[in-house]
Parts: sequence; C-alpha cells; structure tokens
Amino acid sequence: MLALQIIRLLGRRALERIEGLGRATIMWALALWGLPNRTDISLLFQQIYNLGVLSLVIIILSAFSIGAVLALQFYTQLVRFGAQEAVGVGLAMVLLRELGPVVTALLFAGRAGSAITAEIGLMKSTEQLSSMEMMGVDPLRRIVAPRLWAGIISLPLLTAIFNVVAIYGGAIVSIEWLGVDPGGFWSGMTDFVQLWNDIGKGMVKALVFAIIVTWIAVYQGYDTLPTAEGIGLATTRTVVHSSVMILAMDFVLTLTMYGDFN
Amino acid sequence: MRMRIVEISVGGFVLAGVLALLFLAVRVSGIDVQDSATYTLTARFSDVAGLKRRAKVSLAGVTIGRVVDIKVDAAYGEAVVYMELDVDAGELSTDTGAQVLTEGILGARYIGLLQGAEDDVLVDGGEIVDTQGALVLERIIGDLVTRLGS
Repeated sequence: MLALQIIRLLGRRALERIEGLGRATIMWALALWGLPNRTDISLLFQQIYNLGVLSLVIIILSAFSIGAVLALQFYTQLVRFGAQEAVGVGLAMVLLRELGPVVTALLFAGRAGSAITAEIGLMKSTEQLSSMEMMGVDPLRRIVAPRLWAGIISLPLLTAIFNVVAIYGGAIVSIEWLGVDPGGFWSGMTDFVQLWNDIGKGMVKALVFAIIVTWIAVYQGYDTLPTAEGIGLATTRTVVHSSVMILAMDFVLTLTMYGDFN
Repeated sequence: MRMRIVEISVGGFVLAGVLALLFLAVRVSGIDVQDSATYTLTARFSDVAGLKRRAKVSLAGVTIGRVVDIKVDAAYGEAVVYMELDVDAGELSTDTGAQVLTEGILGARYIGLLQGAEDDVLVDGGEIVDTQGALVLERIIGDLVTRLGS
C-alpha cells in the first residue's frame, strides 16, 4: 500500500510540474505577443533601466576581477613554457565562449531575476494584478511583457560589456603588471578569435540565457503563493532554478555549437 | 524629469553595449573590414599527423593563409589539404614545395611552403605537387631501432 502511495505522490508531483510548465509556456507566449505597442515603449525603457543599467556596476566590477584573476592564473601556468603571450588568446577564448555569457547570466539572475520575481510576487499578493484585470488592463501586457523584453535586450548587451571589461582587466594585469608583450597579447587574440565562432556563438548563449532567466523570474513571480512566505520561496526558486538551468543549458549549447571537434 | 534620466541612461547603456560588441568584433577578433581576396590550392600529403582546419600556411615564416579543409583519399592513402592563400602575398611558382611542420616541440601543426624557381605560377584551384608529410616520432624511433639492430 505504501508503495502505491509513493507512486501516487510521484505522479502528482510530475503532473504538477507539467501543469506548471504548461502555465509558464502559455504566459510566456501571451506576454511576448503583448508588445510592441507605442504606449508600452516607456514601460520597456523603465525596465531596461531597472534590469540593465542598474546591473552595470556589479557586472563591471565582477568582470574586472574575473579578467584579472584569469590572466594571473594563465600567466603562472604559461610562463613555464615561455608562452606567456598566449595569455591573451586563452583569456579571450575562455571569456567569449564560456565565462562571459555564463557569469553574466548568473549575476543577472541574482541581481535582476530575483527583483522581477519579488516585484511581481508582491503585486500579486497585494492584488494589484487582479485589480488591473478588473480595470480591463492586461497584466501580461503591462507588467510581464516589458520585463521579458527588457531582459532579452539587456543581457546580451551586459555580456558584451562584461567581455570587454574582463579582457581589459586581464590586459592590464598581464601587460602592465606581469610584463607580457602587448603586441603578442593582442595579435595572438586577433589571430585566433573568430567573429562568428567565438563572439557570435557566445552571444547566442547570452540570448538563450536571457530568455531562460527572465522567463523563470516572471513565471515564479506570477505564479507565487500570495503570502510573504510564498514570495520568499519564489525569489529563492528563481535564483536556484535559473542558475541550474543556465549551467545545464551552457553544457548543451557548448556541445551542440562546438561539438564538432575537428 | 525622472523619465528623462531613465531614457538617457538606457540610451547610454544600449550604446555602451553596441560599442562593446563592435570592440569585440574589431579589436578582439580582428575582422578585416575589406575582405581580402584569397585563392585556393590543394596539396596531397602521405601523412598530415593531426593537422587541423584553420592551421596556418606560412612562407618564410610569415602566415599567408589558412587550411580550410582536410579530406582523405582512401584510394591512394593520402590526405588532401585545401588551403586558402592571400592574393596580396604574391604568386607561388608551380614547383613550390609544401611540408607539414610543427611549431615548437608541443606546438600545433602547420604547413610550410618553399618558393620554387619555375616561371609558371599556381592559380586558383592549382595543386602543389612537391609535398612532404609530417615526421611521425614513432616512425623515426622505429627506423632508428631497426638500424641499430642490424
């Protein structure tokens, strides 16, 4: 009997998950449909400001530290082979292909994703969303859509800024401090970095992560239990789910885009 | 007033993002704005020993092209290497030699060209006939062992 109950519990959980996924997909599709509209453009600007501009400080600070630390580590290993000029290539490849998109998306999930969830969750628990519906304003269009689009626009731009700052951070450490030859540093980079294969595919990753993070954040806020505890749980779930999904998707994307090891 | 600040900072943010992308494209990947003209040559090698696509092709130590494709011709047991060379680098004579070389001890394989003496030059789609495959360490050691044994 106990075994049957466990199986039933498992089935219920699975059904709940699938139902949630269905609700999330419907919400996402309806919300993306909700734009573009002239009057909504100021809402979009406000959200790009909240999600993108306000994330700049944390992105720039982290990028600089990561670039500097990578340069130090590459240098200590490469100098043993007298190949310290390869710091530039290593740095650019690692940042453009993996660390740039992934770290930016993780920071974005912590900084902006959690804020989206908390904001929408509080709107729901204070019944602002239902009052909007009563007034004939579609909350998907007014609240959810601008946040989704703002995230999709902001994260790739943040990733590009992250990459540039990190490469410069690494360049400052290795050229000014460790004494790597600047010519070898930059020309090694330009020799091996390819526009589509390294930069373009990194940007594709950033776009995918943007869709994942904003989707999870908005859905968790929209679907939260309208209590203080519910909002707390939803915010935590946003950060945890986005982080796990980012890392898992990164592996899948790397495998599909760079899987041809020839 | 508040909306103006928001709009200005969003504009600045988008501009910074686009500039960052441009910087990555130009400074980091070093795209040539004017796509330099190239022509394709082929060469057959007995052994390329792990030569990879995008490996460089050099003449007198200067990179003048890249390997674009490597196929195997099972009928002759040879590797066919397709390479793209810059037109700006000048013309190669028909008796140009090609060797698969290694950069440093652990370095990557690349193709080294040796300019020939003929007056005729190789054109697009031409083949380098005088080729020398890579030195494979095991084979050298194997030869050495048999010679020492005899």
